[in-house]
Amino acid sequence: MRLPGLRALSISTVAAFCVSLSLVFFYAPIEAEEGFLQKIFYLHVPLAIVTLAGFVIGGLMAIAHLRTRDQRWDMRSYVVIHMSLIFGVGVLITGSLWAHASWGHWWVWNEPTLVSFLIIFLLYATYQPLRFAIEDPERQARYASVFAITAGAFVPLNFIAVRLSASYVHPRVLGSTSNLPGSMMLTFLVSLVAMALLFATLCSYELAAKRTRILLKARSRILGFQ
Amino acid sequence: MTPLATALPEHTNDGYVAAAYIVFFAIVLIYVAIMAIRLGRVERKVRELSAQEREHPEGAQKERETV
Repeated sequence: MRLPGLRALSISTVAAFCVSLSLVFFYAPIEAEEGFLQKIFYLHVPLAIVTLAGFVIGGLMAIAHLRTRDQRWDMRSYVVIHMSLIFGVGVLITGSLWAHASWGHWWVWNEPTLVSFLIIFLLYATYQPLRFAIEDPERQARYASVFAITAGAFVPLNFIAVRLSASYVHPRVLGSTSNLPGSMMLTFLVSLVAMALLFATLCSYELAAKRTRILLKARSRILGFQ
Repeated sequence: MTPLATALPEHTNDGYVAAAYIVFFAIVLIYVAIMAIRLGRVERKVRELSAQEREHPEGAQKERETV
C-alpha cells in the first residue's frame, strides 16, 4: 500500500524533534528559580496542549461523521482520541515528575489545573469501553460520535472554568508564555510544532494500518479464504 | 519576565528531567513497537493470502468476476 505524504511527515517529525531537543538543551537559557528542572516545561506543556487539542479535533471529526454519515470520519475521530489518550498518559507522568521535583508532591488534589486534566483524561478513558460495548457497527459509530462531541465541548469549558478559578499554584501557560524571553519562547514554539507533528504522524500511521487491515479483510472475504 | 539564572543553581534536579524525557520517548517507542508487531501480522496475512490465491486460482477468478 502506498502512503503518500507519510514519509515526508515522518522525516519532518524527526527533524523537528532534533531541532527542538537541541534548542531545549543547548540554546534555551536556565531559569533562575527552577534551574535545569524547567526543561520539563518544553515537553510537558506541548504534550498537554496537543492532547487537549486532539480531544477537541476528535469532537469536530465526530460532527463531520454525524453530518455526512461517512464512516471514515468516525475512524479518524476514533484514532485521534485514541492517540490523545496515549499522549495524556505522558502528560500525567511528566506532570507528576515535575510536581514532585518542584513542590515535593506527586499530585496536588486542590490544584484545579491538575484535577481538571485528570477528569478529562478519565472521561475519555471511558470512550473505548463505551464504543466496543456496542456490537452493531453503525450504532457504535453513532454513539461514539455523540460521546466525542459532548466530551469535546467539555474540554474548552473546563479550560475556561480553570482559568476563572481563584487559587492555583500551577503556572498559567497560555497567559504566561508572553512573559517568556525570546529564546525560551522560540524553544517552546518549536517544541509545540514538533509535538503536533509527532501526533499527526502517529495518527496517520494508525489510520493507514486500519485501512490496510479493513482492505485485507474485505479481500479475504471476496476470495472466500475466511 | 521570567528570571534567568546567571549561574547553575546548586540544587539540580537533573534526574527528574531525564526521567520525564525517557518516559516520553519510552511511550513513543512502545507504541511504535506495537505498530511494528501489527504490521508483521498484516504482512504474514498478505503472504498467506497470496499463497492461497496461487493454490486456489478459482477464488481469484471469482473475485475478478465480482469486480
